[in-house]
Amino acid sequence: MSKGEIVLGCLAPHPPHLVYAENPPQNEAFSEGGWETLRWGYAKLARKLKTIDYDAIVIFTPHWQTYIGTHFLGLPEFKSKSVDPVFPNLFRYNYDLKVDVELAEAMHEETAKAGIITKMMRNPDFRVDYGTITSCHLLNPSWDKPIVTISSNRNSHYYSNEVMIEQAKALGEACMRAIEKSGKKVVLVSSHSLSHRHFVTEAPLPEDMSREHIYNHSQYVWDMKIIDMFRKGQMQEVVDIMPEYTEQTIAETEAGGLIWMMAAMGVPSYPAEIYGYQSVIGTGNCIACWDPNTETRELVL
Amino acid sequence: MSEESPILFGLYVPPHPQPLLSPDANSGYANLRAAFETCRKRIEESDADLILVYSTTWPSVVGHQIQALKESIWTHVDDDFHYLGSMPYNFHIDTEYAHEYCSAAEKRGLHARTVEYEGFPIDTGSVVALSLLNPDNRIPACIVSSNMYANRSETIVLGKAANDALISQGKKAVVVVVSSLSNRMFTEHIDPSEDRIHSSKDNEWNEKILEFFADGRLEDLSQLSREIHGQIRVQKVVAYKPAWWLAASMGQHNNYDGEVLAYEALHGSGGAVIQLTPSSGSFGDKEFDEDDVEYYQGDRNVLNKGNN
Repeated sequence: MSKGEIVLGCLAPHPPHLVYAENPPQNEAFSEGGWETLRWGYAKLARKLKTIDYDAIVIFTPHWQTYIGTHFLGLPEFKSKSVDPVFPNLFRYNYDLKVDVELAEAMHEETAKAGIITKMMRNPDFRVDYGTITSCHLLNPSWDKPIVTISSNRNSHYYSNEVMIEQAKALGEACMRAIEKSGKKVVLVSSHSLSHRHFVTEAPLPEDMSREHIYNHSQYVWDMKIIDMFRKGQMQEVVDIMPEYTEQTIAETEAGGLIWMMAAMGVPSYPAEIYGYQSVIGTGNCIACWDPNTETRELVL
Repeated sequence: MSEESPILFGLYVPPHPQPLLSPDANSGYANLRAAFETCRKRIEESDADLILVYSTTWPSVVGHQIQALKESIWTHVDDDFHYLGSMPYNFHIDTEYAHEYCSAAEKRGLHARTVEYEGFPIDTGSVVALSLLNPDNRIPACIVSSNMYANRSETIVLGKAANDALISQGKKAVVVVVSSLSNRMFTEHIDPSEDRIHSSKDNEWNEKILEFFADGRLEDLSQLSREIHGQIRVQKVVAYKPAWWLAASMGQHNNYDGEVLAYEALHGSGGAVIQLTPSSGSFGDKEFDEDDVEYYQGDRNVLNKGNN
């Protein structure tokens, strides 16, 4: 069996607004569009994914929040309806997805060996979180690949951003070892926004783009700083600056997803592909990917 | 005062699923379950038209959300404790009250909305509370979210709006706050028989809070909320808000009969079942023992009180 590998790492934000704006048949709500900069960026990245040979998507989600270790979805199928508890007016999505349980168990095993508290989630009534569904839908609307969802252990809440980083690094490295042993080709997805301060009111028409803007300029400047580092391949510097960035922008990086993905990918020093940046209800969202293949890596934006 | 209040009594209950799903795993869980049972009976024997739940495990971002779906049916599974089992529910919601509460909140300047969607994910705390306190849907319920950015003034106003809506509809309610005391859980899986409060400090603070509750000192707890948040709350949200909402809805004073029915560890966090009943006999001897003033009616002569 050949050694498994990570063929792409994606930063894929999950505002449910983006699925709402697309009007897919799975979603009950209807929109007149909106947030095109992000949606068109997602469409371009989804087209790139179609050209890549891979076996599974492994996604780290901030919306499956666990306080007792890191959990992995552990049943082969989940079919239900996901209703966003915060934006139920926008997102009521009927999902039917497959899980690569073998890969999930391998990651669980390697993670446990690394000393991290872990748990397989095998309750068939469990509802898959909307972060997983939004990012996976936008990256792969045909849902033709199995996924592995990893919960986000809330070390930032319980300890500090520094502890979160150490744990996320260890988790990423363990997941990489499991992928290598599996012989599979895997796409990693870190599902989150950058700056994450929301407006607490919503326009009567949520997709009214005349009302959409970043929460404040400070968040924008920080987001641009981080994206500039993405472009320059300065991911070790991003890891180093992460506690300050997360604190200053209440960033959704607090869940550990970006650090997890960077650690699994050996902290890339090559430029990221940037597919778009836009605010959604005040939060900053960037779509980016890290392509380890120098032949397919491109300058997108 | 009690005869004027539309709130018959208030309950403070923990959000964790153990009392519902695994009450026999630990004598403490069984004690909490028994306390829930006692409260269930008291609600049944009361004259309540409504059970109103304020849940700290239902965070909202866009203003304040109020559950309004007449029949809320689903099977809930907790994010952390999924291995304990599923929680099927079928809750009867007082839709009319939900809309009235939303309207009252808006009149007081809040951004609020009702949610009426099939499959809406009712949170673990609300599911546990309503399943144990009102298993047969004998009384309709309503649930309000806890906005993650809201601080004191917003939460106080949200509590007052709950009261406004009860008065305008002429309904009597039991209000239920779903919240831990100290909320730091163990970060590893434990044998339930070895459960305990995470630290001595958490336990000491919990005991102090329970003393206040037992004395009926709700407004004092409300005033101490920021200190409680800093001392024993994991900083997931901006503030510890349950006492603010409870005091604002029931009345911002210390004139209550308090009863702590149970206090136990729930995976390290502090879980208590507490009842507060409006009283008329204890003005003047507590720290923040002041009326919730709407109109000035002169000095209360507190300094002369002990000389008579």
